[in-house]
Amino acid sequence: MTARRLMALILAFLAAPTATADIGSRIWATGGVTTIEGSAGGGLVPWALLGSYASDEEWGGTLALSRAEVDDYTLAVTGAGLNWNNRLELTVARQTLDLDSLVFTLKDGFGLEQDELNQDIFGAKIRLVGDVLYSPSGQWSAGVQYKRQRDFTVSSAIGARDDSGTDVYVSGSKLFFAAVMERNLLVNLTARATRANQGGLLGFGGDQNNSHELMMEGSVGLFLNRQWLVGAEYRQKPDNLGFATEDDWWDLFVAWVPDRRLAVTGALVNLGDVATLEDQQGLYLSLQGSF
Amino acid sequence: MALTNLYLTPTALLISLALMLGGCQSLNSQPDRSLYQQLGEREGIENVVEDLLYLIVEDERINQQFKGMDVARFHQNLTDQLCELSGGPCSYTGREMRELHSDMDITDTQFNALAENLILAMEQNDIPTGAQNRLIKQLLPLYPDIRNL
Repeated sequence: MTARRLMALILAFLAAPTATADIGSRIWATGGVTTIEGSAGGGLVPWALLGSYASDEEWGGTLALSRAEVDDYTLAVTGAGLNWNNRLELTVARQTLDLDSLVFTLKDGFGLEQDELNQDIFGAKIRLVGDVLYSPSGQWSAGVQYKRQRDFTVSSAIGARDDSGTDVYVSGSKLFFAAVMERNLLVNLTARATRANQGGLLGFGGDQNNSHELMMEGSVGLFLNRQWLVGAEYRQKPDNLGFATEDDWWDLFVAWVPDRRLAVTGALVNLGDVATLEDQQGLYLSLQGSF
Repeated sequence: MALTNLYLTPTALLISLALMLGGCQSLNSQPDRSLYQQLGEREGIENVVEDLLYLIVEDERINQQFKGMDVARFHQNLTDQLCELSGGPCSYTGREMRELHSDMDITDTQFNALAENLILAMEQNDIPTGAQNRLIKQLLPLYPDIRNL
């Protein structure tokens, strides 16, 4: 460094100006995106990351709109979250499932006139230990999702036992720097105790099983650079209802995080058989704003 | 549904693979000369550190922590340190990191701010993404020392 440049730097430090702070201090994309259940994670699976960019002395929040269109259903989700000190995440989400072709099954088979199912999900997640970037053993969090159906008629008719239920999960996330082709690899593993049918949209518990079961969920994502993340998710599911089998879910996703304020996620989702309608595949799109 | 089902899923395989890759990588974490070269050797690192200092001074989350420091000495020490960590022919001669930061009460917010500024400084100097990731990987072991954990 030349003496002239050094002097300029020293003068800059003497002046010590105030500058505008960004909306949170965590590194780009480390808030994940908003899942269909409102918790921070990928699309289908909650991660140990807490939403927004709040670090240990900050507050942050997120708002998200998501839509999945598979062969015979459309799911729309509106979600919001708050993060206190990167320690506690509180979320709410409202899901609306348009039944599209299932309307006829319900009418002919059960005599029900209903074209959508609605559910509210209230979530809390606490970061127990670690940091996804800096801790050798990664970041570990525990969370709950209290789910409440807004109309129980359909779920009740197909054999669900309750119109509300609580999922409890433990999640670990770790970023491996320069792991694959010098790119950073994000790995998440979640264990969830649940008795929800199709995430709760078809109620809780059933004739085949009525107790909480442990389900494993995982995802991997590769950061092509700090704005683009591509990856896959898998979510194991219970199968509580006799009237139709329930399959595991998976997706392949691309997330674009141009800056801390915006995240756009697109995915190919496969929900398997859902309420007698087979092999439900389609597209998922989610927009998330952070503040 | 039994837990053993998980072992059959493609994602479980992917995750195992990812963990293995991560594991292998950490066994093989010795920096080599090519990282030093990708950073532009000593001159390139000097430029990154200089841009980092300009970003720090503008950043109200951390600039107070640096007020009153010897700028020339800091520039030299950090350049030496990054040069050494990236496999270059330098030796860091400054104080031990834990001792240096022991009274500073560095928060995660401040640590993140510094990490962000380092990434931005590397971007300003057109350091390739892979080299950025590899340098940060070399810096990770300093986290507990700097945070005094």
